Amino acid sequence: MSHGHKSEFLAHHFEDLEQQKESAALGMWLFLCTEVLFFGGLFCCYAYYKYRFFDAFISGSHHLDIKLGLLNTAVLITSSLTMALAVHAAQKGARGRTSLMLLLTIALAGVFLVVKYFEWSTKFHHGIIPGHNFQFPAEDLYGGATVKTVEIFYSLYYCMSGLHGIHVILGIVVIGWLWWINQKGRITPEYNVPVEMVGLYWHFVDIIWIFLFPLLYLLGLHVHG
Amino acid sequence: MAGKVDALYFYIVAVSVFFTVGIVLVAIMLAVKYRRRPENMVATQIHGNLPLEIIWSVIPLGLVTVMFFWGAKLFNEQEMAPKNSMDILVTGKKWMWKFQHANGKREINVLHIPVNKPVRLTMGSEDVIHDLFVPAFRVKHDVMPGRLSNVWFEATKTGSFHLFCNQYCGTEHSRMVGKVIVMEQNAYQAWLGGDTGESPVKSGEKLFTSLGCATCHLSNNAGRGPVLVGIAGKSIELLGGAKVVADDKYLYESITEPAAKIVTGYQPIMPTFKGLATEEQVLQLVAYVKSLKADSTAGPAPAEAGKSAPVTADSPTTTAATATPAPGGAQ
Amino acid sequence: METTMETNAAMPAESPLYNKRNYLNNGYSLRSWFLTVDHKRIALIYLASITFFFILGGFFAMLVRLELLTPKGDFMTSDGYNRAFTMHGIMMIFFFLIPSIPAVLGNFLVPLQIGAKDLAFPKINLLSWYMYIGGGALALFAMINGGIDTTWRFYTPYSTGHASGYVVTTILGLFLMGFSSIFTGLNFIVTIHKMRAPGLTWFRLPLFIWAMYATSLIQILGTPVVAITLSLAAVEKGLKIGIFDPAYGGDPILFQHLFWFYSHPAVYIMILPAMGIISEVISCFSRKVVFGYSFVAISSMMIAVIGFFVWGHHMFLTGQSQFAGLIFAALSFLVAIPSAVKTFNWTATLYKGSISFEAPMLYVFGFLGVFLIGGLTGLFFPALGLDRHLHDTYFVVAHFHYIMVGGAIMGYMAGLHFWWPKMFGKKYPEGLAQAGAVATFIGFNLTFFPQFILGYMGMPRHYHEYVPEFQFLHILSTAGASVLAIGYLIPAICFGWSLLFGEPTGPNPWNAKGLEWEKSLSPPPTENFSEIPVVTEEAYNYPDAEATVVTRS
Repeated sequence: MSHGHKSEFLAHHFEDLEQQKESAALGMWLFLCTEVLFFGGLFCCYAYYKYRFFDAFISGSHHLDIKLGLLNTAVLITSSLTMALAVHAAQKGARGRTSLMLLLTIALAGVFLVVKYFEWSTKFHHGIIPGHNFQFPAEDLYGGATVKTVEIFYSLYYCMSGLHGIHVILGIVVIGWLWWINQKGRITPEYNVPVEMVGLYWHFVDIIWIFLFPLLYLLGLHVHG
Repeated sequence: MAGKVDALYFYIVAVSVFFTVGIVLVAIMLAVKYRRRPENMVATQIHGNLPLEIIWSVIPLGLVTVMFFWGAKLFNEQEMAPKNSMDILVTGKKWMWKFQHANGKREINVLHIPVNKPVRLTMGSEDVIHDLFVPAFRVKHDVMPGRLSNVWFEATKTGSFHLFCNQYCGTEHSRMVGKVIVMEQNAYQAWLGGDTGESPVKSGEKLFTSLGCATCHLSNNAGRGPVLVGIAGKSIELLGGAKVVADDKYLYESITEPAAKIVTGYQPIMPTFKGLATEEQVLQLVAYVKSLKADSTAGPAPAEAGKSAPVTADSPTTTAATATPAPGGAQ
Repeated sequence: METTMETNAAMPAESPLYNKRNYLNNGYSLRSWFLTVDHKRIALIYLASITFFFILGGFFAMLVRLELLTPKGDFMTSDGYNRAFTMHGIMMIFFFLIPSIPAVLGNFLVPLQIGAKDLAFPKINLLSWYMYIGGGALALFAMINGGIDTTWRFYTPYSTGHASGYVVTTILGLFLMGFSSIFTGLNFIVTIHKMRAPGLTWFRLPLFIWAMYATSLIQILGTPVVAITLSLAAVEKGLKIGIFDPAYGGDPILFQHLFWFYSHPAVYIMILPAMGIISEVISCFSRKVVFGYSFVAISSMMIAVIGFFVWGHHMFLTGQSQFAGLIFAALSFLVAIPSAVKTFNWTATLYKGSISFEAPMLYVFGFLGVFLIGGLTGLFFPALGLDRHLHDTYFVVAHFHYIMVGGAIMGYMAGLHFWWPKMFGKKYPEGLAQAGAVATFIGFNLTFFPQFILGYMGMPRHYHEYVPEFQFLHILSTAGASVLAIGYLIPAICFGWSLLFGEPTGPNPWNAKGLEWEKSLSPPPTENFSEIPVVTEEAYNYPDAEATVVTRS
């Protein structure tokens, strides 16, 4: 095991950058497995209650704004693209373009959160607050839905999109950190593992939303069907 | 039943003792024989032995397979109450047990039953999860809020036996205890005798009218709700094609969560009666619906059943269609 | 302990009796400990932390046992008793048992046993400890303010709608502790995959490493589920929304499914590492390769995998479907097979060995005895018809204490005694340590065996007051608990004595096989190895009395 020159990026306990990079990648994938099961608990609750209270779920879902949901989906998918471009730029060593793409990703994540804010505040305004004198217009109750069971839908809606929102905020923080170390020149073509890892995380956040969107928003289309 | 449970218990005890004693003896023997001494300073390396590994995987597998089928068969018997069981309603709440006998007689924390007669408990909880446990009869079942539970047992000797709450339910959990008093058949009848209480079926019938169930659940197919006469125990087709047997649990759910299972051919218009009826009242409604027999005179409460037949059924949503094909179009 | 350093060519020629430049004296400031990224130092701060929580949990156990001396509740109020056993469970399970072997011995040994300089993510390892201690601080805060009485299972709707006290704070503490456990497991898996020394193939790994790998899988796949489940319960309680509350149409059984999806495999987080230690110790003190190495290794993985699909056996009597009950029962019986295979292989390892009986080996014999009883009594529950009688009685209490106290803690003690000379480079008083092993074994059985009988007689769990006919067995149990307490006190004295007055041991006092013994010093240097070792032989390659080795068939 002879190593020609030790890279300044090589941590003391690794033999070479290859090993360090593979370890980081495996670690990140394992972390994403953990995240899948973390959200998995919520998806289980959703699946069970949707089976049990189908009418309540489509009533609750129908009340959500599909247009805003669609907008947010587009925004997040675009941000995945800019993140992928940031990874590409980092590998090519284009520092300026990497920074730009990272900032664009942050901006899109910000747009997503702003839209979410407006969605939630409208709901709060109409009294759709589980556990707090929950209000739901009687004319929007389809089939056997009851206010109580719609409340379960909204409890899950806030928990699921809230947990996802927390992940978006965490994403903004780590992407901001990436931007900073990139500005300081610590991302190079030789070593850009942090960008790749955060990229994986960001795609994961995106994919969770790809599942949340139909489950929470599109389900309401059943009302017309 | 206690004897059958104990037989399985002692089979597993025997297997356990055999392996524990056997392995411990072998280990001690080996430890003594191969202890380190001047003439035994170096071990003989043995990496393994495939036939041995297979043998000691397969033998335990065989033994536990017996345990599995034995246990499963026993469990199945414990789940199927005999046809001639007598029904008793049980409500658990923090921290007491309330019982109501078929003729309406009530008691708290003490349960009188006749000997050599299967007893079927229909149980619900008003608050948290409780669990009814009578060690002497090897019987136990959780009593859940929002869900009906059944369990049955048969006492084979007279006397007084402990009754415990076996699921942690808060401060006074360990005082949620009582007695089961097993009496001779005629003594039980005498004890039950002069009570003036209203039977659960009768109470259920009154509730059926006062809660307005009767306005939709008519005895003919003209009602907005399914016909309930003779529904108990029938297989029912739900919206979407799934089938479900109208057992106690289903009837209970149909009253408390009508929207969960919609009978095909009916609209999901029934409101929930959770909160409107107490836990015990829901159990009484279930008892009443079960008493509605198609030929109208049978059943635990013939007089009432006959009279109420025109009124028909009760609550929930569900139910339905008895033997005739469902009327209205789907949807 | 004999220090025969026979022809150990593997050792650096000039290996000193006590390594003067080691990880312990690489800095004395608080900063050098609390901001360290050295896995060995992190292991030691974990050792101190979990010992603290063990003492705390033991204190609550003592309160519980004292109360149960008499049938009437005359020592504490009902509420006080309920809080005492809840805090006992939370402290022991979440803050002692789950981190015990992985975070202390695993942290210390995984890099040393595979020839690495550190874990793959040293900073995350440190972060794990901070999350653990942060979680512990929250739980302590809740405890000091009166504790909670939900039991460690937090069953809804009791925990969300009825319990008082700092339930949400405690859950937040458990959430942090859970992610600490996830990060530990993640670190181990990556390290074992990517950082093994050259030549160290999977089937040359020490069995402790296999056990840690299986454990880590459960940690990263199971823990997030309980994290989200308890969080939902906390949200439900804090914001009064309905997710599991039947008043809203929620289903408490759903909570139980999600809870046990983690909390049953969590038992394997506790016992699998102990099994790994048993394999190491029994091999060393028999001077023999572990019989059926690959079967013992694979059985750890089998236990981890099957263990994920048996959770429903906690819920046979809730009203879950009978069909689900049958499936869970069958799978639960299946877990018995790999456990049986391990036990048989350990016993067979003694055959034709050269066996000595130092303290770690005595703990191993103790482990074998109690694990047999604990494991076999596990067979009573998936026998469905029998579970109806035994479910949630003291039979269950006895069973899981046999696994978690008898099994896991005996294993932990065996490991701690075995690797103590490696960790600190010093001897402990052998005779006293052996007395500790014997006292633990006797005290343990005296405490918990009577509880099997109590359970069969019908004594329910969580009872503050009980009917008088159970008193005799409760007195026996409490008496046993005091012997057990002495059994735990003795090792503490041994280790304290060792730190103050212990003689240096040399790098390999047991003359054991394994990179940590043969290629590193005692205590190890910060970098673990002077150069990365190259592995050329199987694990446990002890000298053979006969020239011809009976090969694997």
